[in-house]
Amino acid sequence: MNAPTGKLAEGAQDYRVVGTRPVRPDGVDKVTGKAIYGGDFVAPGMIHGAILRSPHAHARIRSIDVSAALALPGVKAVVTGADMPEDKALKQRDPTGGLLSFARHSLAVDRAMFDGHAVAAVAATTPEIAQAALALIRVDYEVLEPVLTIEAALAAGAPVLHPEHKTSGVAPEETVPNVLAVLTHAKGDAAAGFAEADAVYEGSFSTAPIHQGYIEPHACVAQWNADGQGQIWASSQGHFMIRDQVGGILGIPLANLRVTPLEIGGGFGGKTRVYIEPVAMLLARKAGRPVRLAMTRAEVFRASGPAPGSVSKIRMGATRDGRITAVELDIALTSGAYAHDENGPALASATLPYNLANLDFTARAVFVNMTMTYAYRAPAAPQAVFAVESAIDELARQLGLDPLDMRIRNVARPGELNFHGLPMGQVGYLEALEAAKAHPHWSAPLPERQARGVAMGAWGNYGGPSTAEVSVADDGSVLVAEGNPDIGGSRAAMAMMAAETLGIDYGQVRVVVADTSAIGFSMNTAGSRTTFATGKAVIQACEAIIADLRHRAALIWGVEDAEVDWRDGAAWCGSGDNAGRSLAIKAIAKRANFSGGPIAATGAVNAQGWLPGVGVHICDVAVDQETGITTITRYTAVQDVGTAIHPDYVEGQMQGGAVQGIGWALNEEYVFNAGGAMDNPGFLDYRMPVCSDLPMIDTVMVEKPNPNHPYGVKGVGEAPIVPPLGAVGNAVSRAIGKRVTHLPLSPARVHAAITQA
Amino acid sequence: MPPTTFHAPATLADAVSLLSAAGSRPLSGGTDLIVQMRSGRAAAPAIVDLKRIPEMSGIARSAEGGFVIGAATPCTALKADAALAAAWPGVVEGANLIGSIQVRNRATLAGNLCNASPAADSVPALIAAGARCRVVGPGGEREVAVADIPVAPGRTSLGEGEIVAAILLPPQPTGGADAYLRLTPRTEMDIAIVGAGAWVELAADGTCTAARVALGAVAPTARLVEEAGAALVGTKIDEAALAALSAACQAAAQPIDDKRGSAAYRIAMAGVLARRAVLKAAERAAARKEA
Amino acid sequence: MSRLHVSTTVNGDAQEFLCDAGATLLEALRGPLGLTGSKEGCGSGDCGACTVTLDGEMVCSCLVLAAEAEGRRIGTIEGMAEPDALHPLQQQFLKHGALQCGFCTPGVLVAAKALLDHNPQPTETEARYWLAGNLCRCTGYDKIIRAVLAAAADLRQERSPA
Repeated sequence: MNAPTGKLAEGAQDYRVVGTRPVRPDGVDKVTGKAIYGGDFVAPGMIHGAILRSPHAHARIRSIDVSAALALPGVKAVVTGADMPEDKALKQRDPTGGLLSFARHSLAVDRAMFDGHAVAAVAATTPEIAQAALALIRVDYEVLEPVLTIEAALAAGAPVLHPEHKTSGVAPEETVPNVLAVLTHAKGDAAAGFAEADAVYEGSFSTAPIHQGYIEPHACVAQWNADGQGQIWASSQGHFMIRDQVGGILGIPLANLRVTPLEIGGGFGGKTRVYIEPVAMLLARKAGRPVRLAMTRAEVFRASGPAPGSVSKIRMGATRDGRITAVELDIALTSGAYAHDENGPALASATLPYNLANLDFTARAVFVNMTMTYAYRAPAAPQAVFAVESAIDELARQLGLDPLDMRIRNVARPGELNFHGLPMGQVGYLEALEAAKAHPHWSAPLPERQARGVAMGAWGNYGGPSTAEVSVADDGSVLVAEGNPDIGGSRAAMAMMAAETLGIDYGQVRVVVADTSAIGFSMNTAGSRTTFATGKAVIQACEAIIADLRHRAALIWGVEDAEVDWRDGAAWCGSGDNAGRSLAIKAIAKRANFSGGPIAATGAVNAQGWLPGVGVHICDVAVDQETGITTITRYTAVQDVGTAIHPDYVEGQMQGGAVQGIGWALNEEYVFNAGGAMDNPGFLDYRMPVCSDLPMIDTVMVEKPNPNHPYGVKGVGEAPIVPPLGAVGNAVSRAIGKRVTHLPLSPARVHAAITQA
Repeated sequence: MPPTTFHAPATLADAVSLLSAAGSRPLSGGTDLIVQMRSGRAAAPAIVDLKRIPEMSGIARSAEGGFVIGAATPCTALKADAALAAAWPGVVEGANLIGSIQVRNRATLAGNLCNASPAADSVPALIAAGARCRVVGPGGEREVAVADIPVAPGRTSLGEGEIVAAILLPPQPTGGADAYLRLTPRTEMDIAIVGAGAWVELAADGTCTAARVALGAVAPTARLVEEAGAALVGTKIDEAALAALSAACQAAAQPIDDKRGSAAYRIAMAGVLARRAVLKAAERAAARKEA
Repeated sequence: MSRLHVSTTVNGDAQEFLCDAGATLLEALRGPLGLTGSKEGCGSGDCGACTVTLDGEMVCSCLVLAAEAEGRRIGTIEGMAEPDALHPLQQQFLKHGALQCGFCTPGVLVAAKALLDHNPQPTETEARYWLAGNLCRCTGYDKIIRAVLAAAADLRQERSPA
């Protein structure tokens, strides 16, 4: 029986390796402190970079005088925006304007657009000299009025951040100042839907900008050789992305730029683009020495890519039996100082797991003088779903319906049409709801003075391009090279899928994450795509290896390829003198050079057929009614995971995403002072959950395999952050008897909600 | 300008002499000083480490049965001292809410006091306990009430070259007990939005014969709220007394709006926390009486 | 400005280095001593990624001046395993999947070892409060706590086999 290709073999759920919990290949390095992360890498002759950042949220840069800095002994290079390519060149290389945004965000040219915006950088022989050099740079700013919130940006007479920009999604003459883009989505007849509703809820919601909160600050080393070849060592969610963006911004042919991935200390979407790497390369070119450049924690908060804040208005109608008849949603999201548009995912995710007839959606991305926002785990879905799941909860309450039953009433099933009008594949929305309903947590009696909330949220996931190379060494051990940084156990998943496909032991497979010069393109480790898409590439390469091994065995036995089976890690002869004999992978590999040469194959895919992930979370809270402090007392995360290749790491994604969502709901927020500087750029006042804040996070992995992946994989990384805002909000609302609509639910806000008439 | 000199004197006299040089800063736990130096908020050209001076570390008993806590004694050592933890659990609690355990293995009462953050966790309980400190400087030694050390956020009443050498706690009378509570959004690793330290002394019949209540994070410095203590004296700490206590605390609170909380919320919480701290102290006092 | 010479003991080995007066122990470990296992997550003592032991007690090495290491004993993640065997905590972390990106892991392991040195039989709550100074953004802490409690059981078993 050959390994399955594409379609899941009937009844092939009894995997040997998939579904087990082996130790990950990079595990020992990570528990002994040996793993090399971005800030750990040392290049011979390396010097140290530092960045000067604007203290103004909005200012024209009249001039920059770097002469004193250049004269400081030990300083090897100083760069400013003048060293960056011009707008024209950047737009030519990327007409969408993406590279232009990234370049200007990395280093300002004529305007500082946010507090923390890089305006100059130095490289010096020691970090202390680099800091001293920064202090010698004279920047002449003309301070301009900043725009600090969505409301302020949309107010009449607000300063316009990008006067030349035409709002996309509307006619040019209808450009709205400070609005990057508008997107609408309409389905059916919302007015008619509201008319038939027995109950209607209307509410305004908001969430603050939020940081991904990875513990490892951005760090890299860049090096430039006189022959025009450059190297970067960086931690990131995609070294090909670093290559393409640095190469694109600086006009370096991609094959001349080699990016080596270092281990990454968390990303969650925040490390899927460049921030300091282009500047590091500029410094390296000028200095003629490798340059290490890293961000401090405060720089990470001020100048990387946090998640957009949101302001939304929702109206939802339902009939007595809980059928949702119409949803009207208007959501505005912070784009920040440059163009970042999450309108698409906001609208696509808002009611993703439901089959609703009448929708009227609008999303707007708004420029604001804060650092450009960027992807955070399921971008825009938590914000949009917070409003939707709160509205559903309100209607369930009003109609006297069980909140899970109401969701089941409206859930989307396979075959029904999705957001894009195409029939849904084997989505597991209903199964997830039913599993939540059957879970003991749902029916557990509530302890005194506690309340329970539930919410569902889904994320579309992705596939896309990945490359993997598999080779078999003479002793039968297998090497897999792939191009996706390992954020949370993907090396293990690749090894498991390779072992499963080849029919060999997990311990016989080694996985390396190869650099950009050593393997073909792979898209970022992001979008819940890696186990799915890179897995497919690995499997494809393994299947080619199997075909090759069968062929060599056929040569050895003197039979046709078709008469050789592959199972249990060996070739089996089906006919002739050697019928019934087998040759294990090791035996064939030993004779590789006599049977055709090295045994190696590439899998290169643009993976299609991905399916969404969906989570249903149940949350119990106790709210101290006198102080407004919320304690999470019990939490259960249910998710359709397709097939859990490595259950520990799937559970880990569910738990990690749930806790990030809890932090988003309870205490995390960007606080700005009146001048537009972030007031809390540190872990003391940017309040992420600590260990003692939380109970165990129970997980239920519902396995409804994806038929479009050989092992049934559905991406799992992002879905778990989508339900918690609604689950926590619904629980707190029930605890205090009032609907909470503005996150985070810090004690002061909850207290105000309790005491308000 | 990063520091250029580091001294680790072996005697208090040497430390005082080194600290008389302009710009010298004393280093105990360093959990405030090092952060401030590196962020540029504090300039410390010369650092004088106090931790190699034997008498600066450790907890001794005074002749009257009180406690003498060396200024370089870390917070976790307070917790490990059974007698201190039994006599002044509120002081020990306050100290052991600062930062994390990693921080508390280094941070000191004296450092927390002299950093003069309005939200310092150890200070309200020290004030409620009637703590004093031994100040040593070029002019010799003197004793000062803890409450008189902080004068404004980040500023103390210490003169040039003076340091706090020890924190002095009185003996705990029978029937007396203290408590410290703070309000933070997270369970740990946080900084007080409001802090309340309370000390009560109960007579055999449960009447409160003495009380002190101090608030943190609701004024430029932590401070004793005399009216709050007065509201309890002569009562059995009943609802009426507690209501008067809360009102007195709310009236005394003069907080600012900042990223950690609005003034209105802090005022409301001052009343809530003070009440809860007093109840905890009273419960402890009642238990001590019976013991 | 002349640099200070520090003699200290790291993971049982005598070590020396030069440093500036204002350098932190974390910088000394990661720089001249080449021990990059301890990480900088925040530089202000708010995340615990730099946790090491100083004379047996856990501290944030970003809040200790390198000069203070003179004559003291430093313990880092690099000293936790035996040459031929991982510490039970390290083993249980791997077994439980108690790390995802692994960046907070060295600090968490050093802190967890300090917990078990102080309290061989911690409850879940005690473990959570002990580790409150170590931020983890990937795991939600669940598997970390399970691994710590499992390792505690391992160590109690080792010390007094049933």
